[in-house]
Order: sequence, then structure tokens, then C-alpha cells
Amino acid sequence: MKPPPFSYHDPRTVADAVGLLTSLDNAKLLAGGQSLMPMLNMRYVLPDHVVDLNRVEGLSYITPRDGVLEIGAMTRQRDIEFSDVVAERCPLMAEAIRQVGHRQTRNRGTMGGSLCHLDPAAELVSVAAALDATVTVAGKSGTRQIDFAAFPVAYMTPAIEPDELLTAATFPCWPRGHGYAFVEFARRHGDFAIVSAAVLIEEDKNGKVTRASVTLGGMGPAPVRASEVERMLIGETIEEKRLRDICESLRKLDAIEDIHAPASYRQQLATVLPRRALIKAHERIQGARA
Amino acid sequence: MSDTRQIAVTVNGTRYQETVPVRVTLADFLRHQLGLTGTHLGCEHGVCGACTILLDGRSARSCLMLAVQADGHDILTVEGIAPNADTLHPLQEAFRDNHGLQCGFCTPGILTTLIELLRDNPDPTEEEVRIGISGNLCRCTGYQNIVIAALDAAKRLRGSSGASRP
Repeated sequence: MKPPPFSYHDPRTVADAVGLLTSLDNAKLLAGGQSLMPMLNMRYVLPDHVVDLNRVEGLSYITPRDGVLEIGAMTRQRDIEFSDVVAERCPLMAEAIRQVGHRQTRNRGTMGGSLCHLDPAAELVSVAAALDATVTVAGKSGTRQIDFAAFPVAYMTPAIEPDELLTAATFPCWPRGHGYAFVEFARRHGDFAIVSAAVLIEEDKNGKVTRASVTLGGMGPAPVRASEVERMLIGETIEEKRLRDICESLRKLDAIEDIHAPASYRQQLATVLPRRALIKAHERIQGARA
Repeated sequence: MSDTRQIAVTVNGTRYQETVPVRVTLADFLRHQLGLTGTHLGCEHGVCGACTILLDGRSARSCLMLAVQADGHDILTVEGIAPNADTLHPLQEAFRDNHGLQCGFCTPGILTTLIELLRDNPDPTEEEVRIGISGNLCRCTGYQNIVIAALDAAKRLRGSSGASRP
């Protein structure tokens, strides 16, 4: 018996889940279980109550609306991976999701679980930062929206109150024909990235960049938008030598050190991966135009 | 706290009604309560893949689920792969013929993973097989014969189902 003792609750509605969170002390939400279950097995967390969201109705959906894609919190990563709508409207996410864990973990793991667990190197977290996503959070006084930029408040700590739960994330879609790439460096396929780069660009008919989003994951407690590089790219033509100069500025970003790599190694990756991703994104624009 | 729940699960076609402590993992439930010790536990935190089972036809790590979450669901473990006690499944035959296992510890998880993979993708490339089993650690084989066995199994299964190759 590996997990510590807890009481188990499996509500059927969001309102009931919120009610449980409001009335119970030291409760933990269980979504896909691909992070919480290892933490329970190793007794890193000792909740008195586990509130299982797997039987809550209405939290699993992928809904395209005007210019955005709304994804329910309990949507399995597998369903995102095989979604035609995601591939068409949000190809960055489709590319990133294939680098999230393995088939066995994507079959269970969820969008909301990944966003709330908020691992600094998690692919979906970087995608949410790259696309300026908004998350919807339900509490006892109704729902509220949080811009993803304000969602991570500290290392693995989302801006959610103990009696709230994330119900959906909304991703603004870029126009058809944009360039995108999600490139990561990991020790093995399916591992968390040491550093990842999520890139989106648009180009005018002369190949000059008109809009850019560059996000680095794995560097610090939350994904970093490289806003200076995003500004420098505007008006540029994607070309390797120029990109080397532009991306060199990313070496000065703060980076964590851990068993996998020292800070300097991550800073080196921060100069390399966005360049590779930008070139891939540019080639995709060209491929679509050819 | 000794919270328990009644659950009803179907494992390898057999229906079970059991009372489980809520904190018991599905893996421990299968092994200790149902005696189905074919599902192996390596790391118990979702890294090694040895405990992979199919939940409603989809592979999942049984160490990362609570038994109570399986209530109402259908589970396939390695014991349920062969059609009967005297006949191996073509996937198992391919593993035997190609030396796809040495110590055998990882094999149950690899077989269940490949059952799903070959069902969804009957004619995988070598790379697709390698990515498909990337969530399963094997410390003996270096994966070479596992990949060979998986590709051989794919061929046997395509032949047995009479499906035409593209």
C-alpha cells in the first residue's frame, strides 16, 4: 500500500467538486494522476482528502470558437493528440503534445492537470504561455478568467485558491498559414525537456516577420516569453546567421541548475533551440506557400 | 483512516465485485487482491512501464491509478492476451521466436503496450515501434530483439487477419 491514507471523493459535477474543496481541509484534486499518483506513491504529498475529477461531467471537450480553441480541463492528452481540430487550428499544440510523456501517460494525463501541476518544463505549460492562453477557474462565487501570464505565481504554484478548480483553458489561434515549431532537448524521448522552445511567427509576402512569439521552457520556475527577441524579429527575414545574433541575447536569461544540467548548459540551449524552431517555423510557412 | 469502497471491474473478461481500500493502486489490487501477478511493478511512480495494462482498450500505468477509479471499467492484463492456456497470442509467439525477452520482468508491460500499438497501427515502422515502447524500460535486451519481435508480430497479425498490405 503505497499512497498515504486519505478519504476519497468522486463528485459528478463541478459544483459538487467546488463544494468539497470549500468544506474539506487539505484536499488535493486528482485529474489524470500522472503527477499526483507518483507523488502519493512516494509520499511527497500527504492529503487528507483526494477529490477525483474523473467522474465529473462536462470537463472533457475541444471546442473551436471564433479565433480560439477552448479545451476542457479533463480532456485527455491523447484526445488532443488525435484531434483534427487541434492539428488544424493549433498545430503548435499538436506538435508539442507528441513530446509529452508516452502513449500510456497521454492516455490518462489531462490538459488541466498539466497546467495546474505547472512543471517548469511541461510542454503544455509552454504552449499556454506561447499562445497567451486564458484559464477558467471555478469557485464558490462562480467562475473567473486568469491570463496565463499571471497564472504561475511561484515554482509549481498556480494562481488558484484552495477552494477553486481549473475547468478549461482557452487558446487564441493564429491565422492559417502561420509558422510554428515546438523543439525540445531531453535526455530520452518522452522525458521532461531540459529546455524547450515554442515558436510562432507570421511573415508578410516578402518573407519579413510581422508577428512573433518565442517561449522558453525549463529555464526557470515558469516558461519565459523572450519578448526582446520577439521585438527584434519584427521586420527581419528568417536567416540562420542573423538568428544566431538575435538569439545570442537569450544566453543572459536566468537558468536553474539541477542534476540534468548546469545553468550554463541551459543558457546555451536557450540560444540554440529558438533558432532551430524559428527556422523550422519559417520553412513551414514557405512549404505552405509553395 | 481505512476508507473502503465496493467496486465492480471486468478483468480479462471475468467480472469481479470487490471491496478495496481507497488508497490501493490498481496495480496492487490486481496483484494482491485478484492474484494476477503477471502485471509487474518496477518503479511504482510511472517511469518504467512494467505495470502497463489496458483500461477500456487504452494503455495505462496501473501504478498511477487507484483501484477505485477502475470501478465500472474493463481491464486487460498480460494474463488476458493469450486466447487460452495452451495457445500463445501471435505477439507472444513472436517474442519467443525472436528472443524478445531475457529476464522477462518488463515483458508484461511491453506486450500490453504493443497490443494497443499494433491494434491502432497494424503496419508500424521501426521508428514508430521504438517511440511506441519508449515508455517501457528494459534493462536486458537493449531493445533490439523487442523491436524485431514487434515488427514480426505485426506481420503475423496482418497475415492472420487477412488484411491486405498497402
